[in-house]
Amino acid sequence: MTNGSNKYQLTVDSSTKHLAEVRDFVAEHAQSVGLSEKEISEIRLAVDEAYTNIIKHAYKNTPSRPVQIELGFDHSQLWISIMDQGESFKPDEYKAPDILKRIKNKQRGGMGVFLIQKLMDQVQYNRKGGINEIRMVKNL
Amino acid sequence: MKNFSIAKRQINDVSVLDVSGELDAHTASQLENSLKSLIDDQRFRIVVNCSRLDYIASAGLGVFMAYIEDVRGLGGDIKLTNMNDRVYNVFDLLGFPTLYDILDDEKEAVEGF
Repeated sequence: MTNGSNKYQLTVDSSTKHLAEVRDFVAEHAQSVGLSEKEISEIRLAVDEAYTNIIKHAYKNTPSRPVQIELGFDHSQLWISIMDQGESFKPDEYKAPDILKRIKNKQRGGMGVFLIQKLMDQVQYNRKGGINEIRMVKNL
Repeated sequence: MKNFSIAKRQINDVSVLDVSGELDAHTASQLENSLKSLIDDQRFRIVVNCSRLDYIASAGLGVFMAYIEDVRGLGGDIKLTNMNDRVYNVFDLLGFPTLYDILDDEKEAVEGF
C-alpha cells in the first residue's frame, strides 16, 4: 500500500504520559514530508485524540497495554495507523457531540472522533485478528 | 515530562489563571484542580489567559465544559483570552466561540465582569 515509501513505527504503553512523545513522533515525520505548520498541528491533534481514545475506551484506562503507531508517506499522501488490542470502536454507533447539551449536563468527552474526522482527509476503522486499527490519511 | 503549568493571579475580585505549555489528557487534571480550588474558595469570576498555551486537545476543552455551568449558576463566568490561532482553531472546530466568552485581551475580560 505504501509503494515502497518511507515507513516509521513507534510502540508505547497505554498511558497518557506518552501523549507528548507520540505527538512529537508524528510531527517530526510530518515535517520531513514538508507539510505546513497548520497541517502538522492538525495531525498532532488527530493522533492525540485517537491515542487518548484508545487509552480511555479501548483499554478503559488499564495501563501498560500495547499501542502501536505506524506512519508512512508516498508522493500523494501521509498515513498514520494506530493499533490496539482492546475493545473495538463502533463508528456506526457514534453520534457527533451536541456541545451545548453536554455543557448543560456537565458532561465531557465524545469530541475526539469528531475532531479526527474534521482534521484528516480520510479516517477508517478496521478490526482484524483481535487488533483494532484506526487509519488516518492526509492528502499531500 | 515537560509541558504544562498553571499560575494564579488575582486582579481585584477576578482570578486569572495563566496556563502554559500543552494541555492534553495527561495535563488536564492540573487545570481541573485549579478550577476546583477556585470554586471551593468561592471565586467564580475566572479568566484563563492562554497566551502561553501552545497546544490543546479535547480533554482540555472537556475541563471547561465540566465547570462552566456551575460557575455561571453561581453568578460568575470562565472567560478565555489571548489564544494563539492554533489553539483558537480547536475551540472553533467544536463550536465553543458561541458558548464561551473568548476574548483577545485579558484586560477586556477582567473589566467585562
